[in-house]
Amino acid sequence: MATTKKTTAAGVLGWVDARFPLTSTIKGHLTEYYAPKNFNFWYFFGSLALLVLVLQIVTGIFLTMNYKPDAELAFASVEYIMRDVFGGNIIRYMHSTGASMFFVVVYLHMFRGIIYGSYRTPRELIWLFGVGIFLVLMGEAFFGYLLPWGQMSYWGAQVIVNLFSTVPFIGPDLSEWLRGDYLVSDATLNRFFAFHVIALPLVLLGLVAVHIVALHEVGSNNPDGVEIKATKDKATGIPLDGIPFHPYYSVKDLVGVVVFLMVFFAIVFFMPEMGGYFLEANNFVPADPLKTPAHIAPVWYFTPYYSILRAVPPIGISQFPGVVAMGLSVVAFAFLPWLDKSPVKSIRYRGSLYKRWLAAFVVSFVILGYLGTVPGDIWGQFGPWLGRADRATVLARVCSVVYFAFFVLMPWFTKKDQTKPVPERVTY
Amino acid sequence: MMKRIFLQAFASLSLLVSGVAMANEVHIDVKAPINMSDKASLQRGAKNFVNYCLNCHSANYMRYNRLQDIGLTDKQIKDNLLFAGEKVGETMRVSMNPKDAKKWFGAAPPDLSVEVRARGADWVYAYLRSFYKDDTRPTGWNNQVFDKVAMPHVLYELQGMQVLDHETHTLKLEKAGKLSPEEYDQFAGDLTNFLAFMAEPAKQSRLWIGVVVVLFLSVLLVLVKKIKAEYWKDIR
Repeated sequence: MATTKKTTAAGVLGWVDARFPLTSTIKGHLTEYYAPKNFNFWYFFGSLALLVLVLQIVTGIFLTMNYKPDAELAFASVEYIMRDVFGGNIIRYMHSTGASMFFVVVYLHMFRGIIYGSYRTPRELIWLFGVGIFLVLMGEAFFGYLLPWGQMSYWGAQVIVNLFSTVPFIGPDLSEWLRGDYLVSDATLNRFFAFHVIALPLVLLGLVAVHIVALHEVGSNNPDGVEIKATKDKATGIPLDGIPFHPYYSVKDLVGVVVFLMVFFAIVFFMPEMGGYFLEANNFVPADPLKTPAHIAPVWYFTPYYSILRAVPPIGISQFPGVVAMGLSVVAFAFLPWLDKSPVKSIRYRGSLYKRWLAAFVVSFVILGYLGTVPGDIWGQFGPWLGRADRATVLARVCSVVYFAFFVLMPWFTKKDQTKPVPERVTY
Repeated sequence: MMKRIFLQAFASLSLLVSGVAMANEVHIDVKAPINMSDKASLQRGAKNFVNYCLNCHSANYMRYNRLQDIGLTDKQIKDNLLFAGEKVGETMRVSMNPKDAKKWFGAAPPDLSVEVRARGADWVYAYLRSFYKDDTRPTGWNNQVFDKVAMPHVLYELQGMQVLDHETHTLKLEKAGKLSPEEYDQFAGDLTNFLAFMAEPAKQSRLWIGVVVVLFLSVLLVLVKKIKAEYWKDIR
């Protein structure tokens, strides 16, 4: 005779629990998942990233109902959504604003991980999954940006796909294979649509799931970088500094969600173009393969890496070194768990040497981000003593060097850094 | 890119213009008179657009009956703005073939549905006012904010003929048109105002929906903060 699993719950819940780990999953991930009680402002951005992911998927589904992935119809179908679909303009602005806000939230989430050493043992895998999410997100944003089929969509895609043609030997064939044509065309639009609405979202959801599973396996880090599992209540085995995620952090995150939505909807309703940073003016001109815009700039969230690409001088006529540098600048984050040799995790107990390097990195990142949005000759040229080099390009080169130095020299300056003693328990 | 050229043009112009101001000089470094609540201006702009622009320039994403948003009824739209038997629910198309247009003008006239979003209202306003006589161009016309533009000065009859002073880079009205300079500025202003409306007809409604949404969230914020404080009061 078949036997059923013994469960604590009765009735329907007991019936389900005998067949599916419902109660134990809720306990393990919510009501009996113990998170450190000293989370601060920086700890809102993980749950907010999840919120934006859901918003993007839901608004994306509604956009797909009216969007036409066809070079002849795409631009018009977006305007159709903006004008004739009920609530279409709000859904479209939520999706376009959501793309930028996704990167805002993810950048702040990554910065949190860096300042509190959340990538350190035993959380390396969480960090690696996170870097994977970041990479897929960049792909998702890039593929999605082609879909409105405006001038910036078109030429942005043209520039990025052409990066692959700089790969020695196989480059030209590779970029042609990616485009599915000799230039960005209807075939490219169709495959980018497929990547954007199904391929990458599936990968993204999978990575988010393992990111959270890994997190709940080892437990959350906190602003002190203290392992709360090291100090448990002897009777219950619950960390003394831990509180159940639900209800404590679910209600706290709710406050973060409402504040975030106020900012989000203020942008959606009052300034969806965000001064040309979220929606570029040139993208209201339909794509024209015969008319190259004088200045092609990616959307703001790609500009730090784009700046690095432009800053690296070509070898001969090959731009490949710049492309490699750009790739490395993104992938570099994956190595942080093994580059950081500090005995402490959190910035609270690090010395001034580390803090100065981190500040230099952040400043370089922001400057590179700005420079990527403007033409290289924006500030004119230096005199003959510097070979009449573009001022902005020279600054971008300096910042690129600082950017990479932060990673390359990290084993040295984290070891040499004068750290402070870490307390046994979290400070609250 | 156009924005940059535009700004540079303005920056250099405003420097030059500020010194000497002559009676018949045309100032193009001014903000477009955009006022979405001025229904009369929008309606005049719609009429100007249909009469003067819509022969060559389409507005393929704009439906005639969307003009209800600027206070016109379907009947008024039908009686005053539809000339070729279109239906009021149709979009503002033109019958000119883009290929022919390209042959005739050297460039197909762009669709104007979202022109203001692409170039900005100030640019459009300046563009409409800065055509000048230039015999080196095939059409006989050039434009100070859009050098070597393919479009002739369609509004010549109204504005009259301007010439460019190559020393000061300023425009002067050489031959008066049907409208006085003030009247022409108002004509161009109304037209720009309408083009700005047409670029995003739902803009006004989203602004007030936004106020409601943010107000709702502010109330919600007070509530969730209270809930949070209630749960967290025991945590020390």
